[in-house]
Amino acid sequence: MNTSRTDVLVIGAGPAGLAAARAARARGASVTMLDSSDQLGGQFWRHLPPERPSANERMLHHGWVKFRELSETVLSDDGCRVIRGAQVWAIEPDSTSAGAAHLAVHVVVGEPDGTGRRRLVLTPDAIVLATGAHDRTLPFPGWDLPGVFTGGAAQALAKGERLAVGQRVVVSGAGPFLLPVAASLANTGSDVVGVYEANRVPALVRGWLPKPWELAGAAGKGTELAGYLAGHLRHRIPYRLGRAVVAAHGTDRVEAVTIAAVTPDWAPIPGTKQRIEVDAVCVSHGFTPRLELAIAAGCELTAERFVQVDDSQHTNVHGVFAAGEITGIGGVDLALAEGQIAGHAAAGGLAADTEVRSAVRRRRTFRGFARRIEAAHGIRDGWPAMLTDDTIVCRCEEVSYGTLCRATDATGSRSLRALKLSTRAGLGICQGRICGRTIEALLADRVGDAGLTDGVSTDRRPIAAPIRLGELADPAHPDPASQHPVPLKGPK
Amino acid sequence: MASSVLIVGAGIIGAACARALAMAGFDVTVVDRGTVAGGTSSACEGNLLVSDKGPGHELVLAQYATSLWKQTVSDLTEQLGDAFPSVEYDPKGGLVVATTGSGAQALLDFAASQRGAGVDARVIEPDEARRLEPDLGPLAEAAVHYPEDAQVQPAIATEALIASARRFGARVLENTPVLGPVHDSSGVLIGIGSPAGHIRAERILIAAGPWSGEVARMLGAPLPVRPRRGELLVTTRMRHRIFHKVYDADYVGAVGSDDSALQTSSVVESTASGTVLIGSSRQQVGFDSRMRVDALSGIAAKAIRLFPFLADAAVMRSYGGFRPFMPDHLPVIGEDPRMPGLWHATGHEGAGIGLSLATAELIRDLMLGADPAIDAAPFSVGRASLASHLSAAAGDAVASNAAPRDAVA
Repeated sequence: MNTSRTDVLVIGAGPAGLAAARAARARGASVTMLDSSDQLGGQFWRHLPPERPSANERMLHHGWVKFRELSETVLSDDGCRVIRGAQVWAIEPDSTSAGAAHLAVHVVVGEPDGTGRRRLVLTPDAIVLATGAHDRTLPFPGWDLPGVFTGGAAQALAKGERLAVGQRVVVSGAGPFLLPVAASLANTGSDVVGVYEANRVPALVRGWLPKPWELAGAAGKGTELAGYLAGHLRHRIPYRLGRAVVAAHGTDRVEAVTIAAVTPDWAPIPGTKQRIEVDAVCVSHGFTPRLELAIAAGCELTAERFVQVDDSQHTNVHGVFAAGEITGIGGVDLALAEGQIAGHAAAGGLAADTEVRSAVRRRRTFRGFARRIEAAHGIRDGWPAMLTDDTIVCRCEEVSYGTLCRATDATGSRSLRALKLSTRAGLGICQGRICGRTIEALLADRVGDAGLTDGVSTDRRPIAAPIRLGELADPAHPDPASQHPVPLKGPK
Repeated sequence: MASSVLIVGAGIIGAACARALAMAGFDVTVVDRGTVAGGTSSACEGNLLVSDKGPGHELVLAQYATSLWKQTVSDLTEQLGDAFPSVEYDPKGGLVVATTGSGAQALLDFAASQRGAGVDARVIEPDEARRLEPDLGPLAEAAVHYPEDAQVQPAIATEALIASARRFGARVLENTPVLGPVHDSSGVLIGIGSPAGHIRAERILIAAGPWSGEVARMLGAPLPVRPRRGELLVTTRMRHRIFHKVYDADYVGAVGSDDSALQTSSVVESTASGTVLIGSSRQQVGFDSRMRVDALSGIAAKAIRLFPFLADAAVMRSYGGFRPFMPDHLPVIGEDPRMPGLWHATGHEGAGIGLSLATAELIRDLMLGADPAIDAAPFSVGRASLASHLSAAAGDAVASNAAPRDAVA
């Protein structure tokens, strides 16, 4: 048994995870990388399956060459074990673990819908969490109609299946992500009728212009956005500021949307409504970091609710590092830089080492960029004015805005936990991944001054992915490749 | 002027006491260091059970509580109106199933003793059990049906009791921790210190669940209440296939156990929303709230023994809480003879939701000087079974107060 090598576990094979795996290998660590998907690349580099290769991937993906280089390095390296279709469903402290991180990482491996998934327990010396983010979409009347997609879902269909979500499509929300969404829709043959960014010129100027010299290093990013904008011009897609889709209409699926001008706070302005016939809508208001594994591992969060890390991407938990969108929404270039530093440090390196000097520089540049995106495109407080009494807020449990309001008014409760239990909002199959932060915001707004006071957050999910009772009851299998075989605890 | 009571704790016990006392004309203030239903009352199953209790004082209290729930729910609904979320009271009945031969005999003996104490405990054939629960597995050796068992949504029940208490005049101060006692010049307890200043009352009632030991020690009357961790699983929604509260017979043994090591036993039921709730573990790990995979695995394995179809059901959530455990397995209800003016309503372990209404009636009658409907002496602080534990708790308190100052800081 070789115990001299550090056993590094990388969770997530998007840009941050891939960069971390390669950097940890470069320092001689033994690496295991897990991803729930059957592909590498994460949401950002989602692509056609290998049996249907396309020469166009390069056209559709920013940094496709980088992806090919990273994934080929990782896959051709015997010291890097890649386990696809691996769902981490729990992380628990394990003081008896032989791995130096003293955490047990519980995994099920196999098709999510299939039978016979294997249970695995990993006890690494160090963990790099690179779990990424999912779409944040604010509710509006009709957003639960078929034909309304999140920007991420539309991107996934376009990149992973080459499917267009509709013939006549509008894109609405806030943030630079609207541009690549519109670009991929146009590339897959949709007629993009318009892109509606809720923020206005002053907000964009405030976010983008205060220190333009900071952007010099982010030239690559500028090029990415410039490319999307050029695509828009080529496809003649109108880009409108200070407007939003405030309602979607239709019986069985979306047939039209109402667009309205919105105030700087995002409240619809009366008398500005305009109806447009469409057969699909793509909405994106930003991203929510996937924090459940970090929370389970005991990581502290920042006031903005991202994982708190130091210069080495080290969290407050010994042996646990974090990189990519869970430390702040910053895009692919920041994720690559953070991942490289995290992987290097997880394998025993320091942020001051020459191997990561360029990554540290890129991290500084792109963090500035991320702050500007938040300042320019962040969610404003006036959006609940779009909601009507019967607008569904929690889609899993079909809880309406009116139900939430009545429950808070009737109980006088200031406890998020009790209000969720009273209304069932956020308790459905997605466990608040779609609606959690929206529910927190709406309830806090409704209960008034002091807001919710129980300190509960919808980010905590001790069971991080659904697991069948039969799988749970089955004893876990020891990790055959582990340097630290552990006696496993079966059910009593 | 109305006699004043300060209740520490806005869980279901504090809420039920607040309502009963406010209705009886007391001037009631409830303080909680967090929010209403912020602790055990929103982290449990909402059991209203007689089935898990053998003949004895706790069963008498449970039977008394059972007699109160139906009417109370109807009163709450009438008072709070349709806009208030439903407390989901469901007198669905319990079904206890033994899956081994030795377990079967123990269950039948236990049910016979309960019938002697007035519990409706109907021994049924395994075939009859499968008629009540068509998806029950093949392992059923014996089964007992308890029509009196019921369920509520515990967080909403707590909110409803507090809302009702407010309408009868009670004040509720959330985010208001107890910082210490307030005494008069002769050393008599006359209130508590809080971040909002002194709050005075003629009587102080500790109803802080598993945290009651901490509050009691701070006020100078240590009580041996300890947390006992429990964890539950929630499946995704499914077709309604489980119609009663269904238990493995060894649940009864786990409830009465003193063992601090992990124990699991199976309690399976459907909820109004279509999920299946599967409990539960019992483990003494202090206030450590981390999820434990071995506990969940044990719960899952036992649930599948009862209902094999559950093997394919997906668990989407787990939650856990702390039961207020008493070393002699009885709640403490009444005035503390060591400190006049200090009262307790705590230590209900896993039965607090069900026992809350009966506990509140006892507290009200004792405070009014009226004769309670059942004998309150077995729940008194001065009972014989608690004496040795009280002196041990007092010793612990002295030891911790004597700790070096910088260790405390």
